[in-house]
Amino acid sequence: MTALSHEQIAAAVRSVCPEVGDQRASNGRPFLHVPAAAVADVARCLRDDPALRFDALMDLTAVDLLQFPYTPPRDDIAVVYLLFSYAHRHKITLEVFAPRQACAVPSVAAVWPAAIYFEREVFDLFGVTFTGHPQLRRILMPDDWQGHPLRKDYLYPADYHGVPHLRDGQSFSTSPPRAEGTS
Amino acid sequence: MTRREGPGDAFDDRIHLTAVDEFLAWGKEHSLFYLLFATACCGIELMQAGGPRYDVDRLGMIPRATPRQADLMIVAGTITHKMASRVRTLWEQMGEPRWVVSMGSCANSGGPFSKWSYSVLNGIDKYVPVDVYVPGCPPRPEALIDGVMALRERVRRYRTLGERSTEPHVVAGHEAPFGARCQLPPPDAPAGDGGRA
Repeated sequence: MTALSHEQIAAAVRSVCPEVGDQRASNGRPFLHVPAAAVADVARCLRDDPALRFDALMDLTAVDLLQFPYTPPRDDIAVVYLLFSYAHRHKITLEVFAPRQACAVPSVAAVWPAAIYFEREVFDLFGVTFTGHPQLRRILMPDDWQGHPLRKDYLYPADYHGVPHLRDGQSFSTSPPRAEGTS
Repeated sequence: MTRREGPGDAFDDRIHLTAVDEFLAWGKEHSLFYLLFATACCGIELMQAGGPRYDVDRLGMIPRATPRQADLMIVAGTITHKMASRVRTLWEQMGEPRWVVSMGSCANSGGPFSKWSYSVLNGIDKYVPVDVYVPGCPPRPEALIDGVMALRERVRRYRTLGERSTEPHVVAGHEAPFGARCQLPPPDAPAGDGGRA
C-alpha cells in the first residue's frame, strides 16, 4: 500500500491523456480537469493501473457553473467524480466540463457499476447525457417531468398534470421563476 | 348511541334502544383502523401516537398494513407530485366509507417546501378529499389525537342507511389552510402515471 501524491497521480493520468489539466480548488483539494472525450480512458487507467487502483467511485455529481464566480464566467455543467482507492488510501477528484447545450459525457458505468445510479441522478437533475449508459432514464423525478430542476436557469412548472403548484389563495412576495401554462 | 327514556325503562338494563344508523356510526367511530403509511418526520410522531405512551389502540385505532382493511388514511409527511398519484391509488383501494386526516404542514399546504420546491405538492387535498387538517411541523401526538377526536365527531354523523349530508362538516381548528379546499382532479383522469411507473 503506497498512497501517491496528487502530483504523482496527475503524472500517471497524463501518460494516458496528455490534455489533463490541473487545478487546486479553493479549499485546497486538488482537481484534475479531464476533457469529456477522454473520461472513459482516464477512468479505466485510474482503476486498472496497479499503482493507482481507484477501486471506489465515492460520488459522481454535477455543478451548474452558470452564475458561478468563475473568471472568465462560463455556463458549462461540471460533472465531478470523487474517487478513492481502498488499496492505496489515496483520493482524487476529476472534473469534466460539459457544454450547456448538447450536454454529453461518456459513461463510466462500465468501469464502476456504482455510476449507473449516480449518472441517472445527474441526468435527471442536470440533463447531462451519459453516452454508453445501459439504462439512462430519470431516477427521482417522474418520467414525464419537463426540464432538469437543478439547472440554474430551470423554470418551475406552473402545474403538473393539471394540478396547479400553488394552492388557491396562496401567494408569496418572492417566488422562483415559473413557466407559463401547463407542464 | 342514545339511551331512550320512556317505555324502555321497563326493559332490563342490558337492553338499549337506538337507531340502526346511530349504532353503525357508533361502531365505526370506535374502530377507526388506520393505514400504516408515512412519508416524512410526521410519521415518527404518528408512530409515537401508536406507541405505549399515547397508545391510540385504546381508541380502537389499530394500524393496518393494507389499505383494503383501513378506514382512515393519515397522510403523515411531505408528498411530492410523484408520490401523490401513489397516495391517490392507496386511497382508491380503501373501502367506503373512508376518511383522510392530513397531518402536518407539508400534507396540509406544502409547509416549508411550498415556495421554493419544484417537486413538493402544496397540499394532499388536491389528490384526495381531506376530512380533518392537523396543523403542526410536525404535530405532537396530542395534536394528532385531537385531530382524530375531531374526525370522530364527523364519523358519528355518518349515515350508512339514511340520507348523507353533502355539506362538508368542518371542525373548528382543523379547517383547510388558506380557507380554501382544493379541487380534486376528476376520477376518470387519475393524476400522474397512476403509480405504474
